[in-house]
Amino acid sequence: MTSDSRPFLPSLRSVRLTPGKPLLGPTESGQGNDGRLTGRLGARSGEVVDRRRPIRFRWNGTDLVGLEGDTIASALLANDVQLISRSMKYHRPRSYLTADYWDPNSLVQVGDEPNVRSAHRLLAPGMEVSAQNVWPSVEHDIKAANGLVGRFLTAGFYYKTFVRPRRLWPAYERVLATFAPGGSVDIDTPHGYYDKRYSHPDVVVAGAGPAGMTAAVAAAEAGARVMLVEHEPALGGHLRFGDAGQRAVVAGLGRELDRLGVEVLVDSTVTGRYEDNWLAINQRSHPGVVERLIKARAKSLVVAPGLIERPYVFAGNDKPGVMTSGAVRRLINGYAVRPGRRAVVLTANADGDRAVEILESAGVEVAAVVDARAGGDVVAAHGPARRLEEVERNDGSRVEADLLVIAIGWTAPTSLLNMAGDRPVYHDAGARFVPGAALDTVLATGGLVGDGSLDELLDHARATGRLAAGRAALTSHRLRFSTARARAVDGPEPPWPDDDRPDFAPDPHPALFRSSTHGMVDFSEDVSSKDLVAAAAEGYDSVELLKRFTTATMGPSQGKLETVNTVAVLAEARGETIEQVGTTVWRPPFAPVSLGALAGRVFEPTRRSPMHDWHESNGAVPLSAGVWIRPDHYGDPAAEVVNTRSNVGIIDVSPLGKFDLRGPNVTDLLNLVYVNRWSKLAVGAVRYGVMCTDDGVVFDDGVTGRLATDRYLLTTTSSGAAAVGEWMENWLQTERPKWQVSVTPVTDVFASMNLAGPKSRMLLSRLAPELDLEPERFGYMQVRIATVAGVEDCVVWRIGFTGELSYEVHVPADRGLEVWQAALDHGDDLGLAPFGVEAQRIMRLEKGHFIVGQDTDGLTKAGALGLGRLVALDKPDSVGRPELVWDGTGDERAPTEPCLVALQPTNPEIVPDEACQLLRPGTNEIVGRITSSRMSPTLGRSICLGQVRSDLAPAGTAVTVLLIDGRRVTAEIQAHHAHFDPEGVRLRG
Amino acid sequence: MLLVPCPHCGPRNSADLRYVGESVSRPDAESATPEHWRRYLYTRSNPAGWLRETWYCRLGCRRFFTVERHTASNQFRTPVVPGDKPEAKA
Repeated sequence: MTSDSRPFLPSLRSVRLTPGKPLLGPTESGQGNDGRLTGRLGARSGEVVDRRRPIRFRWNGTDLVGLEGDTIASALLANDVQLISRSMKYHRPRSYLTADYWDPNSLVQVGDEPNVRSAHRLLAPGMEVSAQNVWPSVEHDIKAANGLVGRFLTAGFYYKTFVRPRRLWPAYERVLATFAPGGSVDIDTPHGYYDKRYSHPDVVVAGAGPAGMTAAVAAAEAGARVMLVEHEPALGGHLRFGDAGQRAVVAGLGRELDRLGVEVLVDSTVTGRYEDNWLAINQRSHPGVVERLIKARAKSLVVAPGLIERPYVFAGNDKPGVMTSGAVRRLINGYAVRPGRRAVVLTANADGDRAVEILESAGVEVAAVVDARAGGDVVAAHGPARRLEEVERNDGSRVEADLLVIAIGWTAPTSLLNMAGDRPVYHDAGARFVPGAALDTVLATGGLVGDGSLDELLDHARATGRLAAGRAALTSHRLRFSTARARAVDGPEPPWPDDDRPDFAPDPHPALFRSSTHGMVDFSEDVSSKDLVAAAAEGYDSVELLKRFTTATMGPSQGKLETVNTVAVLAEARGETIEQVGTTVWRPPFAPVSLGALAGRVFEPTRRSPMHDWHESNGAVPLSAGVWIRPDHYGDPAAEVVNTRSNVGIIDVSPLGKFDLRGPNVTDLLNLVYVNRWSKLAVGAVRYGVMCTDDGVVFDDGVTGRLATDRYLLTTTSSGAAAVGEWMENWLQTERPKWQVSVTPVTDVFASMNLAGPKSRMLLSRLAPELDLEPERFGYMQVRIATVAGVEDCVVWRIGFTGELSYEVHVPADRGLEVWQAALDHGDDLGLAPFGVEAQRIMRLEKGHFIVGQDTDGLTKAGALGLGRLVALDKPDSVGRPELVWDGTGDERAPTEPCLVALQPTNPEIVPDEACQLLRPGTNEIVGRITSSRMSPTLGRSICLGQVRSDLAPAGTAVTVLLIDGRRVTAEIQAHHAHFDPEGVRLRG
Repeated sequence: MLLVPCPHCGPRNSADLRYVGESVSRPDAESATPEHWRRYLYTRSNPAGWLRETWYCRLGCRRFFTVERHTASNQFRTPVVPGDKPEAKA
């Protein structure tokens, strides 16, 4: 955020306030005849602005004053600012067309926020508003020259022109990027707080015009819990800007909603409807957060978004001064803003007729009314690029005017119905697509369904609300009583109410889509009817292809204004009816959603071991490992390796997955899920095992100790714990349901630490003086239950992932830190130091121990790991066994099958990056890859594990490593996976 | 998001469960031919219609169950826990 874009409180000292007198009224007379084209009118009875509350803001650096309640758009027009934006491709000057959320010409930059819809966003004190996609200014824009070469910039121009030669694309891209619209993003914008909420209403009503409000009232009266969601900042829909009687209807419905306790969300949008009425609601009006994403599971959804007025296609239809009748009503009645001084009205319906009255009431001269019902039509808008001067009618006459009001029909935004599977059908008489067959729990009402009188509309809405509530009651009952236990206490099901709503359909009116001239169809994307006709001639004559080729309906308006006109122009080009051409289907979101709202709060937990605070205060560098935060190292991982190998080290291994297994069939389970043999595991012994899936691919590994006759502790990889738990349950529940084994996840029941190094026995003897540590009696791969540092019931086993003599101690979690601290206290004179994950990874690589998922991949079978006889193929059954038998474990494997090998680069200084390719020497044939590599502090050279095809796996074979910088170096396959101490003298010591 | 009818927990968001896939029976590991085994591993019927499939209620009861789902309408019917008898079809 730049310093001058920071919001400031308006200084009112310079604004003279006269109580009771409108601050920004007209300067000369109530007619606003002040020499300006647009401006503020005298007080209107239904205006939504507060004349006692001026708001100061800036437009392109100029100080302006608007009123509380203004949108940015109404404030700009009140200040006689008409030129708002430049069109995307030709940079044509543009002003407001619909003056509502869907206005294609309304996008502005507000401070650090691009693409703000200025006819929807309310004015706030200190707003820094500026035009976007212009250079150097909206008044003088150099790229408007695109308009001069417009005939070369037809549909598909970019696809066709910049595709060759391919090598120049990066250069093209750099230049084209400067033409892309969209304002500017400030990467230093501070983070805002976005929230999420989960809700389970019975009925959600999307749209709070008269129909939506009535449906919500009816549903609530029928006993449903109702949430009413309105996209605009206030309730009332098209009545909000109507006459006094209409506004009284809205006020009455508002009182009913209050009385019934309906939850009302304004400036909020139902952006998507998903399976089983799972709704995404973007709430922009929450006082405490920037935006809130509400995930609502509604039993019924009432869709009542109203209608969107459709523009008309003719020459010059995007000239400033051409507006829809809805824009005129909204600007004059709502914001007391004069949209022009001398108007021509093209009307095909009652809204156009009303617009004439509204204009006259505001003192705008109506120069001509062109009635399409009587055969009248508008052919062209004339004047310089930035201003309307004359309107040409189909009788050849020209009328001088600065405002052309269009009222030729509507688009029904069936988006939420489409998302529920409904396919709109074309209604010929009403010249629009309407909802198709009714869905069970997604019900449309209001203008979306039909026109008629206000009473008919409210009757339909009331019946819809009742129906939604009745069907929600049955769904709710079924949800609550769906389990076997609940059914036992189930009351009778409420009946399924039939759809007995009154008939409701669009009123017939003339179908006007395109005049005899060509003009803009998609204002956001600068796609004209001429472009569409040309594209259809080129063969893009299905609406889905046409849309993608020309990008019509793919801009910020997303088809809300231009879909039906696009279809109509295509139908005309194909010589077919609109019904035959069909329409595109709206997908989520209904209106744009900010990325912040989608990202919102994150509910993913982060896990920390009981010793986490100690690591943090002792200089650990954190490592994010799955959901765990672990110490990567404490400053110098190589030194940690050296110290562990020569003295003793301690590492926190609490994230290791741990399961307590009990029951008579544990051995059977282990035999099934591990490829090795388990039946002979004695009490007090520990065994390493490899787990495969049924395709023979390695899935997890770990050690399991037998603590008592029927009690085992099984460990998994840190990241595999959840999956292994589920895996064991799967086999027990579905394939072997008679086996008696209880699998209890105990990962966070224990804090786990590993004491590793030649002096680890000495250290443990001090911590557990009663435990017999003599190697003859507590050997490698043995387990004991012991008291360690005064803590009873610790599990201690001797294993050796690092290749050192080591004891892994599992301590009841709440005593973990205490035992960790005791170990450190007792190990001072032994040179004890903590080591982190990185040092452990180096040591395991020195020892040649693979990591599942690092050294193996989704195709690595157990036979590829050089495990020898550990893979027991003579068992009757284990998961993956058939594939392992067919794959083989040794020399019999196919020469192209990969297998795991240890490698050392000839040059000991070179550490190839992990994932570097291995090549057959002297060729470019890829024969494998490096899977792990490190500089070994112990050996003073680089060491690797890798996968290579089996016929190149014999010890001494030279392969070429292709380094990331392109160099090729030689590496030699080693005889043993372990680079260090292959005989295992140290860990068995 | 789908509402999946867990026989124990009732309807749950599908994100609370894991979709295991079409319910398939595992051939006898000792006698299966590679063709037979790989059909079990990789081949699924993928109908546009009713499909018997397995779900795991990972955040609820931690039970695996089978249920029939219509793949075109996402309707569910007759959820069954292994070992139980299926209910009469709705």
